Amino acid sequence: MEIPYTVEARPDTGLTSGKIGIWLFLASEVMLFGALFATYIMLRVGAPEWPVGASILNVPLATLNTIVLITSSVTMVMAWASLMRRDLSKARMFLWATVALGGAFMVIKAIEYNAKFEHHLYPSESTFLAIYFTLTGLHAFHVLAGMVVNAYFAGPGSRQWHTNPQWLTNRVEHAGLFWHFVDLVWIFLFPVLYLL
Amino acid sequence: MEHGHAADIDRHVRTYVMVFVSLMVLTVVTVGIYYLHLSRPAAIALALVVATVKGALVACFFMHLISERRLVYWVLLLTVAFFFVLLFVPMLTSLLDQARV
Repeated sequence: MEIPYTVEARPDTGLTSGKIGIWLFLASEVMLFGALFATYIMLRVGAPEWPVGASILNVPLATLNTIVLITSSVTMVMAWASLMRRDLSKARMFLWATVALGGAFMVIKAIEYNAKFEHHLYPSESTFLAIYFTLTGLHAFHVLAGMVVNAYFAGPGSRQWHTNPQWLTNRVEHAGLFWHFVDLVWIFLFPVLYLL
Repeated sequence: MEHGHAADIDRHVRTYVMVFVSLMVLTVVTVGIYYLHLSRPAAIALALVVATVKGALVACFFMHLISERRLVYWVLLLTVAFFFVLLFVPMLTSLLDQARV
C-alpha cells in the first residue's frame, strides 16, 4: 500500500504527512527536554548553593561545540537547498559534511566527559553534575540519532532520487527539522549549564 | 514551506548565510556576557534573551517557520502552552508546600 500525501500536500491541512508527523514528534521532544529543564530549575532553586558551570566545565570546548553545531545546521539546510536545485551530488556532499560535523561534536563532547571522569567527577558527585550529564547525555544521543538518519540519506537512501526526487527532498527537509531542533536545544543548554 | 523556483532558492541561501553570521556573532556575545562578570540575575536574564534570539533565528529561517502552514503554528502554540505548564506547575506546588509550612 502506498503512503498517502508524501509529495502532494493534503488539501485540508496544506501539509504532507511527513511534515505534520515530524512537527508532532518535535512537539513531544519539546516536552521531553522541557521536563528536564523544569527539573534543572527545581534543583537549582532548591539548592542552598549552585556552582557557576564554568568553574567545573570547559567553556572554550563548549563554545567550539556551539560553533560546530551551528555550522552543521547550515550544511543541513544547504543539502535541502541543493536538492531543490536538483543537484543530488552537492546535496550528498552537504549531508556528509553534516554527519562529519555531528561526529566532531561527539568527539569534543567525549573529550569533555573524559576530562571529568579523570578528575572523578561523575553524575553521583553533585546535583549539578547529575543534571549536567543527564541533559548533555540525552542531547548527545539525539546528535547520534540525527547522524544515523543523515548518513542514511547521504548514502543508501539517496537512491530514491532516481524514482521519486521530490519525496527524497521532503524527507531531507524533515530530517533537517530534527537536526535544527537538536541545534536549538544546544543553544539553550550552552549558557544554562556552562555560563550561568 | 512552499517549493519555489531557482531564484527563490538563491534568496533562501543568502538568508541562510546571513543567519549563520548572526548566530556566530551572538555566540561571541553569549560568551562575552559571561566574561563581563555581571551580577547573577543580570547575567541570567541577558544570556536567556540572547539564547532566545538565537533560537528564534534557527526556528524561523532554518526550520522555515517564517513561511509555514497554519496547522504547524497551532501545534507549536499548544506545545508552548504545555511547555510553560510543565515549567511552572512544579514550582507552583513547591511554593504551595512552603506556604503550608
